[in-house]
Amino acid sequence: MATISLKDVRKDYGRNPVIHGISLDVANREFIVIVGPSGCGKSTLLRMVAGLEEITSGTIEIDERVVNQLEPRERDIAMVFQNYALYPHMTVFENMAYGLKIAGKNRTEIAERVSSAANMLELGPYLTRKPRALSGGQRQRVAMGRALVRDPAAFLFDEPLSNLDAKLRVQMRLEIKALQREVGTTSLYVTHDQVEAMTLADRLVVMNGGRAEQIDTPMNVYLKPASVFVASFIGSPAMNIIEARVAAESRGVVVAGRTIDLDHLRLHLPAVGAPVLFGIRPEHIAVSETEKVDLLLTVSAVETLGADALAHCYFEGGKKGRDFVVRLPGTRTVRVGEHLPVVLDRAATHLFDPESKKRLN
Amino acid sequence: MNRATFPHKFLPYLLLLPQLAITVVFFYWPAGQALRQSLLREDAFGLKTQFVGLSNFKRVLADPAYVNSITVTVVFSIATAFISMAVALLLAVQAEKVIRGKTFYRTLLIWPYAVAPAIAGMLWLFLFNPSFGTLAYPLRLMGLNWDPLLNGPQAMTMIIMAASWKQISYNFIFFVAGLQAIPRTLIEAAAIDGATARKRFWTIVFPLLAPTSFFLLVVNTVYALFDTFGIIHAVTGGGPGKTTETLVYKVYNDGFVNLILGDSAAQSVILMVIVIALTAIQFRYIERRVHYG
Repeated sequence: MATISLKDVRKDYGRNPVIHGISLDVANREFIVIVGPSGCGKSTLLRMVAGLEEITSGTIEIDERVVNQLEPRERDIAMVFQNYALYPHMTVFENMAYGLKIAGKNRTEIAERVSSAANMLELGPYLTRKPRALSGGQRQRVAMGRALVRDPAAFLFDEPLSNLDAKLRVQMRLEIKALQREVGTTSLYVTHDQVEAMTLADRLVVMNGGRAEQIDTPMNVYLKPASVFVASFIGSPAMNIIEARVAAESRGVVVAGRTIDLDHLRLHLPAVGAPVLFGIRPEHIAVSETEKVDLLLTVSAVETLGADALAHCYFEGGKKGRDFVVRLPGTRTVRVGEHLPVVLDRAATHLFDPESKKRLN
Repeated sequence: MNRATFPHKFLPYLLLLPQLAITVVFFYWPAGQALRQSLLREDAFGLKTQFVGLSNFKRVLADPAYVNSITVTVVFSIATAFISMAVALLLAVQAEKVIRGKTFYRTLLIWPYAVAPAIAGMLWLFLFNPSFGTLAYPLRLMGLNWDPLLNGPQAMTMIIMAASWKQISYNFIFFVAGLQAIPRTLIEAAAIDGATARKRFWTIVFPLLAPTSFFLLVVNTVYALFDTFGIIHAVTGGGPGKTTETLVYKVYNDGFVNLILGDSAAQSVILMVIVIALTAIQFRYIERRVHYG
């Protein structure tokens, strides 16, 4: 149980900065997910908290103690690696007991703690096996168990589910969540999978190019993405983001020759005629049932997913390549070439500055 | 697996013939000669040959000089294998830590392997010659009465050092490769689990190097047993007395210097049995434990 605090943490490789100053306060028992595309620095950030990478500047505190200069073993943390990093020459029991043995715990205590962790993870029957005799999911559990038995101040997860198949991943995702709720250990979890990020996190850190673009609850990140990057990274299929201009009298924006009135956003709009990026998620677009039509689209491709269908469209009279995705109920059949008059959910519209890519509303 | 098919029945044998011929001429023939010779007794002038059964073996095994030579061999082999492996492992671990000029360091450490055994022996002989050796002088300054020409243990130390020094490079290459095969995350996981660098080495790195170490142990034992003839011949010639006369050196001494062909042949046969036993161990355990790639 502990808090973790990052203050303007930076990392350079030689003259090449990879983390550009990240500040984050993690509350006790909180589950924080760091999400971003590969190469955004999320694993590096986690490894800096673990003590596996040096910190160029800034401070990292675990449990109100600055750990910058401390060895990993002095930081009271446990980590689950992507490839599990189980010791191949030790049995499951020995793998889980390794940290306790080094900490100098006595035999009975070690046996108790390992068996209770093994029970939680349903590893009981496998304690005498070597890792190579286990399936991927079981290895994953052993890696979790090894972290769990130590009862550390914080758990660090480095893409722990990405080596599992899709079905197992969903199952383990739920188990990790339940486990963390149960033991209540502060956790930092790195992933590139936005579904994992959304479902696990108390709060999300969305990273891009070594910067934290947004730190907020999953729902707030979804509803109010702080930048164009966050908007297009979180949510599947990605948000439609279109270049537009501010309409006369600041009534709204002009998209493909049509004015979309955005009265409630009047205060956030830049000067009349100024360029602006207008965003709307595919699920916030509906086929118009009345006279009122915001945009007229032509369907260029359809993906049927069962529960719903994704219609890839382009603007009437626009270029064919520009993709504008609309999520429709699975029951509605659409054909390629069909014209779709659509209305947009005004409450779910997003405006971004084309220069800074930051959110305006 | 695909089986290659040959148009002719004899072609595959014909293709193997050169290799088979070399093996027969240079291995089976001399081995057969040794076996035959070990059962015969030659008179001093080579005029008469007599079949004596196993009496050569009986005499050799009862000879205190032979028992002494076994002791010398065991001490020499174990010490050489241990020192050359321990130093090589230490160097490999240290070389792993070097970041700049890694290849340069490695190349330098591999060089001694290219030096011929006799040359290596001469190097050590000159360096430690009691009267003009560059390194014998400081030893004497330190109060050590250095005289490997007369002092048995000192002579032994010298050939062990020379033989180990030459083998370190070979072991070094294997240990470097072995260390590289250990995933970094394992060591990081151990670091997070609370292990100090020393603890990480002995509980994670060292056990995971076991296949490499075991392979090298057998290779080094065989090296110390057979490949060190050149060094011993150049440095001590088996002396002083018989304090550095290993089994291989005694075969040479008895056969080609003292011309007791029967005894020498019997000793060769015993050596052959030892090699076969060692090879069997190698195949039984190493083939199973070493995973290539």
